[in-house]
Amino acid sequence: MQSYLEISKVGIEFNTESGNFRALQNVNLKVDKGEFISLIGHSGCGKSTVLNILAGLYQATEGGVILEGREVNSPSPDRAVVFQNHALLPWLTVYENVELGVKQVFKGKKSRAEMADWINHNLELVHITHAKHKRPHEISGGMKQRVGIARGLSMQPKVLLMDEPFGALDALTRAHLQDSLMEIHAELGTTVVMITHDVDEAVLLSDRIVMMSNGPSATIGEILPVTLPRPRNRLALADDPDFVHARQQVLKFLYDKHKFPGAKAA
Amino acid sequence: MNTLVTKPKEELGALAWKFALSLVPKVPSITRLMRSLSISAVGIALFLMLWQGTASNINTSLGQFPGPVQVWAQMQNLVDEYQREQERRTEFYTRQETRNAELLAEDPNAEIRVRPYTGRPTFLDQIQTSLITVAFGFVIAMLVAIPLGIVCGLSELIYSAVNPIIQLFKPVSPLAWLPLVTMVVSALYVSENPMFEKSFITSAITVALCCLWPTVINTTVGVASVDKDLINVSRVICLPTHMHIRKIVLPSAIPLIFTGMRLSLATGWMVLIAAEMLAQNPGLGKFIWDEFQNGSSDSLGRIMVAVIVIGLIGFALDRLMLALQRRVSWDKNSVLR
Repeated sequence: MQSYLEISKVGIEFNTESGNFRALQNVNLKVDKGEFISLIGHSGCGKSTVLNILAGLYQATEGGVILEGREVNSPSPDRAVVFQNHALLPWLTVYENVELGVKQVFKGKKSRAEMADWINHNLELVHITHAKHKRPHEISGGMKQRVGIARGLSMQPKVLLMDEPFGALDALTRAHLQDSLMEIHAELGTTVVMITHDVDEAVLLSDRIVMMSNGPSATIGEILPVTLPRPRNRLALADDPDFVHARQQVLKFLYDKHKFPGAKAA
Repeated sequence: MNTLVTKPKEELGALAWKFALSLVPKVPSITRLMRSLSISAVGIALFLMLWQGTASNINTSLGQFPGPVQVWAQMQNLVDEYQREQERRTEFYTRQETRNAELLAEDPNAEIRVRPYTGRPTFLDQIQTSLITVAFGFVIAMLVAIPLGIVCGLSELIYSAVNPIIQLFKPVSPLAWLPLVTMVVSALYVSENPMFEKSFITSAITVALCCLWPTVINTTVGVASVDKDLINVSRVICLPTHMHIRKIVLPSAIPLIFTGMRLSLATGWMVLIAAEMLAQNPGLGKFIWDEFQNGSSDSLGRIMVAVIVIGLIGFALDRLMLALQRRVSWDKNSVLR
């Protein structure tokens, strides 16, 4: 049977001034509908490149991506992206930022009033309704990222792609947003592919953690299924043996088998 | 009835006052404002003293170089001349009207003639002409420059094609363009009832040709340097090109577009004076040239008045653009200078 999202034999080569640079080689991954996947690996291992290929922002040099039986070769709201530094348009309010995408995606499908309801619904989902008429520079980093998530969700994507969405946030805000994201995922059953640096985050949120080897010619090293029951509670999980074990396995992969390339010790 | 007539006027006044206030930079405290004002006053006073001292030591064939005192006297002179000319003008028209009324009273079928007043344009008329010319030239230039800049910023290919031409024409002096523009306008702008004088068109086009470039270049840079993430957002949403330009490109390029426009307007105003001198388009440039040819003992003083007025108008035009930028810009917190 064909999977919902399938990455097969993807490789990519960039033409740089100092010759060709092979970033990815033979990346294979199958994702089921509603699954939450984390991509983890050291900086520069090509996680973002994988995400950009999924988004259609980069074209794979070989291999390809199939989503619901269709090949991915250009960007589309089907695969909405939540960017690391939120990428909100600073001249639009929170509401207008979400509206921009909604208007484009539901043109001719929803009436004006329906669109407004839908935008408000999505803002509510990320608990940002109170700030909907504010501009991005008037709200905190965490709130901006919530808007980024609302914008992504509002396009009703088949897959939500998240590029280190909480990387730039402080630990408390990050925890809040992780909880929100878990709630939303439980409610909507959206398929998510998320890049992260944070081992705890990966274990807490994911159904499977995809660990990538170091580049150049990076590829998938191991895939760790996380079978912890949902809903997950970060406090209860803190000393759960399964959680601790999963965490250890990811750490072992990252710091034992694939040391950070810059930290090659004697 | 009376209130109906005066009310819009009052509103207009209030609007004008509001606008004038918006030209003054907002200063957090009165003391700071006072301090900066007094420092400026000291600077101006020192400059005036230096001017007076130097001027009294320069003797030209047209007499002593005018110091601030003589220039002030000439300034009042010019205003008086304008008022006298205005009086003569109203007198002329009342005379003409009464004469025509008498003619009609004698014979209802009499052929009456209404002649326009053909007095000498005064200094204030010249200022007005100059302002209209520069505005016309500037608007033409912007209508070309902003779209061209957007296209160049969006497409590297077009930029590579257009860039050599921009670089070639950018440093060309207005005086080099003028003969060509004059000949082309004379050849192409032929109509029985011209809406504009040929000299007006010539000056305006010369202004446009010279003030095009700063806006083209700055718009190109502004459009080309839109945040890559925002472009990716636009790609993911699949915004059509016109929406991409309106929603993403233009708002992010606005600050640089305005920088370009302010440079363009300043260039245009400088170019205009030179163009008017040569094209003999009525305006401040012609005023200066006429005074120079006139060669009376007052001439240098009157030219100096023109120099100061040109400077003040240039400054006011820049402030006007700044106010417009504040109006249009989404980022109300940015520091605009």
